[in-house]
Order: sequence, then C-alpha cells, then structure tokens
Amino acid sequence: MKELLKRIKEKSRKIWEIIKKPTAKYSMGALVGGGMITGVVLWGGFNWSMELTNTETFCISCHEMRVNVFEEYKNTIHYNNRSGVRATCPDCHVPKEWHWKVLRKIKATNELYHKVLGSVNTKEKFNAKRLQLARNVWKTMKDTDSRECRNCHDFESMDYTLQGRRAIQQHIKGFDKNQTCIDCHKGIAHSLPAMYEVDPSTAIGPAEED
Amino acid sequence: MIMYKYVVTGLVLTGLAMASLQAAETIKSLRDKPLASESDKPVMYRWQRDREPIPRDYVQQPPLIPHKIIGYKIDINSNKCLTCHSWSNYKKAGATKISLTHFTDREGNDLANVSARRYFCDQCHVPQVDAQPLVENTFEPVGAVKQQR
Repeated sequence: MKELLKRIKEKSRKIWEIIKKPTAKYSMGALVGGGMITGVVLWGGFNWSMELTNTETFCISCHEMRVNVFEEYKNTIHYNNRSGVRATCPDCHVPKEWHWKVLRKIKATNELYHKVLGSVNTKEKFNAKRLQLARNVWKTMKDTDSRECRNCHDFESMDYTLQGRRAIQQHIKGFDKNQTCIDCHKGIAHSLPAMYEVDPSTAIGPAEED
Repeated sequence: MIMYKYVVTGLVLTGLAMASLQAAETIKSLRDKPLASESDKPVMYRWQRDREPIPRDYVQQPPLIPHKIIGYKIDINSNKCLTCHSWSNYKKAGATKISLTHFTDREGNDLANVSARRYFCDQCHVPQVDAQPLVENTFEPVGAVKQQR
C-alpha cells in the first residue's frame, strides 16, 4: 500500500513538472493560437452537446417519457393551440439561464440512474410513482417562483382586462396573496396523479375494501 | 352463335350502366348533395366566453356551465371541475358549490364526498356555443323559475 502511494506521488510530481516547464519547442503564436482553437472546439462541443440534450426528440427517446407524459401533453394547449406557438419539454422543465441550466443538467444524472434501474419502465410502476414525481416538479416550480412559466408568461406583460371573467378575479387575488403559477395551474400539460391525497374533495377516493 | 351471346351481354351491361347513371341523379343522400360532389364545409361554433351564471329554464334543470371547459379532465385520478366547485374550494374560488344532492349514492346514503354517480359533471352540465336553435321553439319556463330573471 505504501509502495503504491509512493509511486502515485512520484507520478503526479512528474506530470506537474511537465505542466510547469516552459516549452522550448513551440512558438508563442502556435501555443496561443492552438489554445484558442482548442478552446473554441471544446467549448462549442460542450454547448452543442448540452443543446442536443435540450430537445424534445432527446426527451422522448426514452419510452418512459414517450408513452406516458408526452402522450398526455399532446392533448394540451402547450402542444396544440390557435396561434401555433408550442412549448416543448425543455421550455418548461429546463431553466433558460446558463448556470441554472447546467445545475439542472447535473441533477439529471439522477434520472439516468433511475433509467438504468428501470424505476418507471412500466405503466404500473409509473402510475405508482406518479404523485411523488408530480410533487417533486410542483415543489421545484414553487421554489423558483415558477421561473420556467415566466419565460413566456410574464406578469408585467399580462393585461388582465383582456382576460376572461374568472381569470381576472383569480389572477388578481392570487398575486395579492403572493401565489405563483403552479399553485393553481397544476396538471395543465400532463394528466394529474391520483389527487385524493392532495385534495380529497376533488377526486374519487380509493375503493373501499369489504 | 358465340357472336350473338356477346351482343346480348353488351346490351345488358349498357342498360345497367345507364340505369345506374339515372339512379345516381335521382338518389338524394342525407347530406343533401349529389354523391360525387364535395360536402359543404362544416360549421365551426365557438365556445362562449366566461359570463355570469345562466338562469335555469325549467325546474330541476342542471345549471348550464357559463364558461369554457376546454382541457378540463374528469377521470379516476381527479376532477378539474371540483377544484373550484367542491364544498371545500368554492369559497376560495368564488364559484357555485355543487348541490347537496350530489352527495347521495344510489342506495340513499349520504356520503362525505361527491357520489360516484354524480362524479362526471358533464353528463348533465354542459357549456354553450354560439349556435342558433335548429328549430323554432315556444318553450316557456314556469313562473317559479321565470321570476328569477
């Protein structure tokens, strides 16, 4: 063990020396220019691959998303509407600002882990987990003050006078109480989980066993 | 002899074809257009926008829905209508509460929550479109309902 540690120490010292040593072989221009080109390629590649995982096609390449939540979303106003503007998966589920986006991408490794485990790989497993999954998303939206909604639906640009009778009342009331979008607008892009546990007055309870 | 057979078959076929052509002209289909022509464009109606509750036209009429319900789902998991109209939510939402009769099951037991047979709201309660009545109608609500207007 001691032997191994010693060898690792020796090796890392050698590597550090190579890094520290000024080069005598290459010109300053080649080093700076080469560095810049490598930088552009690496940074571009990083952003390109991050954007690649930020598309609907990528999201629904897993059947867990395609057969469950994507199918439900196709019947909602964020998929099909009068003006033809569509909000796809990442528009609501991935932040737009860079650092929040990278954080979300890092958190998404947990999703890869559960993909491998097959945590929701059947309809039954998905439905069993549905309330928990929905609560996770509701909590995130609540914590960020529905940041992803507001990329498009900005309070400042909302003209209440043009809204429906109910919407005017509810929106003004909600903002006065410092509520955020997700407090009321749950299940607008996907079906709701069994809501009996959340609000027993809005759902049929579990069947009573005799 | 063979020639004769061909002539008869030909005549019969021509006769049949002519008869069917004539029939096509006289048949009147349900859609009120000749068979080979295009149908009229379907009329598109618009759901009426949110408005004040609509008065009833007869005693025990299930009240009409005075707002759009596009995208509102009612399934085993949840009932979108009840998020505003249930007894625990109606005050907060400023909505009409569902009738007490909706808490009784078919055996006459009073339940703590909405009865399964009353769960599917849009079986009785419907929103309205901007369509005109198909036939003229001289229906008059009875006095008891009329006075509400």
